[in-house]
This record gives sequence, structure tokens and C-alpha cells, in this order.
Amino acid sequence: MNNLVQVQNVSKSFGEVNAVKGVSLEIDQGKFFSLLGPSGCGKTTLLRLIAGFEIPNSGKILIDNKSMDGVEPNLRPTNMVFQNYAIFPHLNVEQNVSYGLRKKNLSKAEKDEMISQVLELVGLTGLNQRSANALSGGQKQRVALARALILKPKVLLLDEPLSALDKKLREQMQLELRHLQRAVGITFILVTHDQEEALTMSDKVAVMFDGEVEQVDSPRKLYERPASQRVASFIGDMNFINEKALETKDGLKVKSKILGDIFIPKNQVSGKLSNNKIIIGIRPEMISIITKNSDSKGLISGKITDISYFGVTTYYKIECGSNAKALSVSAQNSFGQMDYKIGETVKLKMDVNSLVGFLD
Amino acid sequence: MTRSSKYLKFFAFTYLIFLYAPALLLPIFSFNSSQIIAFPLTGFTFHWFETLLHQSTLHEALRNSLIVAVSSSVLATILGILASRSATRYDFTGKQISLTFILAPLVLPEIIVGVALLIVLMQLGLSLNLWSVVLGHTLLIMPFSILIMNSAFNNLDISLEEASMDLGENQFGTFYRIILPLVFPGIMASLLIGFTLSLDEFIIAFFLTGTDTTLPVYIWAQFRFPKKLPTTMALGTLLLVTSFILLSLSEYFRRRAVNSRSSVL
Repeated sequence: MNNLVQVQNVSKSFGEVNAVKGVSLEIDQGKFFSLLGPSGCGKTTLLRLIAGFEIPNSGKILIDNKSMDGVEPNLRPTNMVFQNYAIFPHLNVEQNVSYGLRKKNLSKAEKDEMISQVLELVGLTGLNQRSANALSGGQKQRVALARALILKPKVLLLDEPLSALDKKLREQMQLELRHLQRAVGITFILVTHDQEEALTMSDKVAVMFDGEVEQVDSPRKLYERPASQRVASFIGDMNFINEKALETKDGLKVKSKILGDIFIPKNQVSGKLSNNKIIIGIRPEMISIITKNSDSKGLISGKITDISYFGVTTYYKIECGSNAKALSVSAQNSFGQMDYKIGETVKLKMDVNSLVGFLD
Repeated sequence: MTRSSKYLKFFAFTYLIFLYAPALLLPIFSFNSSQIIAFPLTGFTFHWFETLLHQSTLHEALRNSLIVAVSSSVLATILGILASRSATRYDFTGKQISLTFILAPLVLPEIIVGVALLIVLMQLGLSLNLWSVVLGHTLLIMPFSILIMNSAFNNLDISLEEASMDLGENQFGTFYRIILPLVFPGIMASLLIGFTLSLDEFIIAFFLTGTDTTLPVYIWAQFRFPKKLPTTMALGTLLLVTSFILLSLSEYFRRRAVNSRSSVL
């Protein structure tokens, strides 16, 4: 598997604002790659740097081992799906889709064949003559995809393509995009601020904050072993507990008031230990409420202070100890389960293997 | 209905009467059979319109006016496209001040502009002819062209241009295939307004025209002959109708240009 796109120490600033600060990335051929981060983190700028709409102040971008220095957007092997789709309003679906074919030396029959193939691929068969203004949001999205895919780019760039769609359609398009990517085998680079979207669609995700890439990993790794507190709280929920730790040969020993005596192996800890401070992170679903009072060994007791019902799950806020922050606990709902009340005292069990430690 | 809204209606109605009633006298008297421009009307006739057909100096003036109107509106629109494009898409030092100077003829007294241009042309040793009028009119129309083209270009979503570049078109292809068709209604509006403005412009034409007179200058000259007044009225009526049609067309195009924005986003 070769690195199709290589971003080498790229920086870009707009006036005083440093949008991208020395980012390096390697993106494999044929993968679905996402740039995830809060708005203003530089992810869209990075995408536009790859597309050629922005020129880096320093650093290099290589696509298929060719330097993109001084290469105009129209000569790059990339195509882009814009956030607002940028469908040409004076052209119909077919004219929009075949826009990029003009410079290719193709016969009318070849073009027609390509157009009908790509329209079928995105599910717009028969809408060739539909005017751009008569398209729904979802259809515009498909036209934008078809228009880019018909040129068979090496890299397809997607700038928050689903953010304008309603929730149902967005979820459907997430699946469709994923299938489409596998079907055509083109490398997709998606920019999104929606962590769920990034996790469900991508082979790999780069999480960005303040113009820097904080972690590049598979969705599962990102969720289970976040490299920093920021990544952990951006992707899903996590409880953070401040503790003091002692270093041993293969991990950290922590005597916790809440969690008791625990040991966190080295590979679950990020950062270097200084002044013994550690922040322990645990996901809400890794804490379970124990109903049977049989064996209370290793269990923590706490008081429920808040309950919110979400259908699939229920979220509890549980206070363990008087001056500690309440823990978030989420439990899968099942039929006929115990109904807890606010104020009730319960026993909690933590999945110790899921703990992660963050050092300064 | 409240009292104040009644007054407002009255005010608006009176205002429109004062604005347009004098213009309506023109067609009324151009169909009146008497040579004297006064009520009561004496009878209905097409005679004055017929006499228009037999005046060769009038035909020449009309031809001159058309040449000037077409040339200056095309010239001003081309310059307007270039200026608006740079003003809406690029940032450069002196942008605001140069725009202000280009728009200045909107508020400058035409007679001052006319005299100033005359002095400059004489100093340069250039002879006065239709082309000097074209230059003067271009100067006058430019502000309107720029204002119309500015709104057309402002409505253009920049991501459309980027999408075109992204799909393999170069700058020129993008301008030809995307930008031009999308600002086309604005171009039409600018051409029509420029044409109308030039067609009935008098002061600058009066100063800069040599031996070839334009239509308004010709009309002004006709006022020396009281007998020809009804014929001039007939000519005025035709000009009024033409201007009205052209302005309605240009307004139609201008609105279409504005509407195309909502479909982009």
C-alpha cells in the first residue's frame, strides 16, 4: 500500500492567522480518510491546499509521488465536492456532470456512455435534462459527486458534503458514500466536524486542533486509545479523574479514592510523568451499574444525581465521594430493566482495561 | 383606513402626476391637428409622424445617435465588466478611491464635465466628431455600468469558479463557460441602460459634437422653428416610447440577474 498523498510539514497563514501549522500526513491509496476537528481548526484549509486553491507558505504536498508545487487546481489529479455543492445553475444535470469532459478527446457516444454510467452510480438515472434549480439538496449532492467521479480522479476531496442535509438523509448518504468509495476504489479525503460521521465512514481519521494534527488513527483506535484529553473529549464522552500516579517498569500505579488501587499499562498512557499527576479517562459506557448486591468487592458506590433517557441508552450522573465531579454513566436500555431514581445509591463496576491515562 | 395613510396616498398620487403629466402632453399634442401647442385640441392626425419620414437631416441625426449610443454603451459595458470584476474579486491598494472617481460623473454637473472635456480635446488638438461624443458618453455611462455589473458579480458564488477550475478548466474557459453566462443578464441591463442614457443625452453631446449632430441636439435646434414644433412633439413621443421599452427591458434583465443568486445557494 503506497502513500498516494503526502503532506510534508505544510504551513499556511492568512495574515495574522496561522490556519495550518506544520502538518505532515500520509494518506494511503484507495482509503477513506477523514480530517476531523472543530470549526476553525484548519481542516478545510488543508483540503484546499491539497486541491490547489491555496498555496502553502512552507512545506510540500505530493500526490502520487509528484510534487504539487506550482501546479494549478485544473491540472491536479484531484476533484472536489464543495460544501454548497457549487452546481452550475445555468446548466442541467447532464451538462453539469459532463463539464470536465470537454478537454478530454472523447466521441459523443463515449461521453454519453460515461454520463449514463456515472449517473447510475450515484442514483440519478433518467434525470439528465433536469435543470440545476429543480434539484433537491440530496440530488445536488449526487450531481456534485457524479461531476467529480466521471473524471476518475486519483483523490476525491469532500468538504463537509453532508452538513447541509437533514439527519435521515445524512445518515443514508454516509452509508452510500462509504459504499461508493469501496466500489470505485478512489482515495477519498473527507473534511467534517461531525465525529460520528468520521468514525462511521473512515478507514483512518486525522484529528486536528488549532492548525495541528493531534492524532491519526483508525476510528476504533481513536475512540479506545485517544492520544490526548482533547481528542478524547472531542470524540464521544469521557470521564476525567485527577489522580496521583507512581511509575513502575511497565505502567503506572494509581491509588484512587474513587477507583481504588489500579494499574494502567504503559500502552494505555500518553505523555510523560512529571510531578506524579495523572488524568484518568473512562468512557461512560465502560462503567456499569450493578444491580445484584452479591459481591461488593471492587465496586464503587455512588449517588444518582441526574437521569436522561435517550431511547437506546440512558445517561446517569453519579456522584462518588463528596467533592469529586459526578461521573457520567451510560447504560444500554433493555426491556424490564431496573428503574433507578434520582437520589438512589448504586454500586458501579468499571472496566479497568478500558482506562486511559493522560500525563502532562 | 387611517388618516395618515390617506394623506400618504394623496401625496404619492400627486407626486406621480407632477412627474409624468408633462411627459404625457407630448403624445397628446403630437396627434393634434393644430400647429399651435395649446388646448383645446382641434382634431386627430398622423400628419406630424408622416413629416418625420421626409426629413433627411433628422434621419442623419438619428443615425448619428444610434452610432454613438451603441458604441458608448458597448464601450462602457466592457470597461464596466473589467472594473467590477477586479473590484469584486481582488483586493488592491487604491481600490476604493479609484471606484469613487469612476462613479463621480453620477454627481458631477454635466455642463462642467462637458466644458472640461471640450477644453481637454481642444488642447490636445483633436477635432470634434462623433467619436468625441462617444468618449464623453462612455464617461457618463460608466458609473451605471459599474453599479449594475457590481451587483451581478457580487451575486456570483466564488465556489462556482473554483469548481470549474477543479474540473479542469483554465481561467479563460471558466470565464467563458461560467462567469459570462451567469452575469449575462447584468450585461444586457448595462447595455440597455447605457443605450437609453446616451440616446437622449443633450449637454455633453451639445459641447462635443462637431458638424454631425445627435438626435437631442437636432431637436433643440428645431425649437427655433415654431412651425416644426408638432413634428418635434411626434419625434419626442417616439423617443419616450423607445426609452420606456428599453428601460423596462433592462429592469427585467437586472431582476433576472438578482434572481439567479437564490438558485446558486
